[in-house]
Amino acid sequence: MKKNGVFSRLFIFLMFLFLYAPIFVLIVFSFNDSKSNAVWGGFTLDWYIQLFQDRTVLEAFQTTITVSVLATAVATVAGTAAAIGFYNMKHRARSVCMTVNNIPLTNPDIITGVSMMLLFVFVGQVLSDVGIDFGLGFPTLLIAHITFNIPYVILSVMPKLRQLDPNIAEAAQDLGATSFYAFRKVVLPELMPGIINGMLIAFTMSIDDFVISYFTAGSRVSTLSMVVYSMVRRRVSPEINALSTLMFLAVLVLLIVINLRQNAQGRSRRSPRGPEGSPLPANGAGGPLLSLEDEELGPQAQDR
Amino acid sequence: MSKELIRLSDLKMVFDDEVVLNSINLYINDREFLTLLGPSGCGKTTTLRIIGGFQKPTSGDVFFDGVRINDVPPHKRKVNTVFQKYALFTHMNIFENVAFGLRIAKVPEKEIQRRVEEALELVNLPGYGKRSVDSLSGGQQQRIAIARAIVNRPQVLLLDEPLGALDLKLRKDMQIELKKIQQQVGITFIYVTHDQEEALTMSDTIVVMDKGNIQQIGSPTDIYNEPKNAFVADFIGESNIIDGIMHADGVVGMYGKKFPCLDKGFAKDEPVDVVIRPEDIDIVPVEQGQLTGTVTEVTFKGVHYDTIVDFRGFKWLIQTTDYSPVGTKIGVKIDPDGFHVMKKSAYSGTFGDYSSYSDEYDELNEEAEDGDEE
Repeated sequence: MKKNGVFSRLFIFLMFLFLYAPIFVLIVFSFNDSKSNAVWGGFTLDWYIQLFQDRTVLEAFQTTITVSVLATAVATVAGTAAAIGFYNMKHRARSVCMTVNNIPLTNPDIITGVSMMLLFVFVGQVLSDVGIDFGLGFPTLLIAHITFNIPYVILSVMPKLRQLDPNIAEAAQDLGATSFYAFRKVVLPELMPGIINGMLIAFTMSIDDFVISYFTAGSRVSTLSMVVYSMVRRRVSPEINALSTLMFLAVLVLLIVINLRQNAQGRSRRSPRGPEGSPLPANGAGGPLLSLEDEELGPQAQDR
Repeated sequence: MSKELIRLSDLKMVFDDEVVLNSINLYINDREFLTLLGPSGCGKTTTLRIIGGFQKPTSGDVFFDGVRINDVPPHKRKVNTVFQKYALFTHMNIFENVAFGLRIAKVPEKEIQRRVEEALELVNLPGYGKRSVDSLSGGQQQRIAIARAIVNRPQVLLLDEPLGALDLKLRKDMQIELKKIQQQVGITFIYVTHDQEEALTMSDTIVVMDKGNIQQIGSPTDIYNEPKNAFVADFIGESNIIDGIMHADGVVGMYGKKFPCLDKGFAKDEPVDVVIRPEDIDIVPVEQGQLTGTVTEVTFKGVHYDTIVDFRGFKWLIQTTDYSPVGTKIGVKIDPDGFHVMKKSAYSGTFGDYSSYSDEYDELNEEAEDGDEE
């Protein structure tokens, strides 16, 4: 084991080096007082200042935030409702729905993007025949973001539903609550950790999506990642380094928040119990499922 | 046992062509501890859920205090339920869990404080209000579930196998405690279980159910001593059930011999099922025995030996403190009050033979293990 220790540590070190060296270089050169991406010309914050004076960048920033916030809000509500609907289906129907739900997650972005663009163009064509103007723009961008966010919300609410005591809503009704009150005061709070996780993941996905946005936003609006792409095509400016650094940090912070939350939930599930043992059955059964699905979700979350 | 509180009248329940309840007629008295006892799938939980209002019967009526309540939703019924897996609200602390019903009923804050503390005292967990649900053991969570239900002062408490997830020792303590709580608060308890011992320990009345039908209603002693058919005899305790013929009042025949017994009221020479409890059989020397057989298996059980004896191909279980080694020929003697004669029923011939005795025990053990996992 000891012998292997050195190699495995070296391996991990190399792995992280490959993964993070480019980002590290990017961050360093975003402070470089030179137009070159190869020569160090001293420390400066000029690129950041320039960035915040660039109208295109600021507009794109506004678009990104607006689309992310709106898409996240809609997707969270829709995804939670869908998850509850799926959960109350019969077993077979539920697993079919979950499979259908998982396909977009594994589907390449470019296919999702192109197919959505084709759909929007087609719908636009049909609508223009009846005199309604519907082209690619902010609405289509928003619809696309909502669509690819919903599966992530469903995936993170589902394990919480599985953990739920099957009688919990009935217990509340039994104590005098109407079914709506039982849902609001008991079921929803019990699901809340999963809903918030789903919301954070959806927001992260929206913020750093490029491919799907590129195909569905049209020529009038652009998101931050689209701006970066177009800047690179024109000229390689250190401004991009600054912008990319900020985007990287924003997504990093979100991912850290998600992971901390999931860890905290994991700990509270494994909380110590009395000598009588007999853990709360719903938790016992639901725990492993959650962690399994989280792991499934993790790599994809970084993928995009 | 005073007045009648709940009446179930010709209750039928059908799920997807499967008959779950088949014409249940039952009345439940005020302040009674009534147990619905039966194997899984017998319809006992469905009956309880119909009383709680969580399911509507396909046909038939539920009356509460003389009023038909079929269409009253659960939150308007004067019954509270303790669920099998407790169904505590994990995002609230213990106090808020217990206070949940009182807050909906808009009880003044001061009274809520007092009543919650009283309820926690009743279940032996005073001062636990600030704790979180997850910090309690299974047994403690169970007590909180009971406190949360009785704090609302229901007229009836429904309990759906509430002790199923607890280990044996704790279960026995809780049985006694539940009975004590029921006597203290003086309300009706309707208790669902598949554990016959639990039913015998706690109940005033036991309702034995199987396949959606009520098999027998009676006090624990009635059910044990005077089972109505082979199913009840076998489900409650151990029974040897033998084909017999009722020759006359007080004379029952089996194995071609006549035995004196206390049962009467059967037609002359009517075929019957004869129940003999394993503890009512005495082992005697061969020459003094009413019947003779060969010992095929002996298991030490602590208090007694489980002795399996072969009587002409039909194996009996005898529970006795006398040790008889495997292979010995023995005689048995049964007092007249040791016989219990039942009319033939659909269950005749399906229970009461101990030929597959050890298998049966394995099954029971597996069931117990499954129960622990839940």
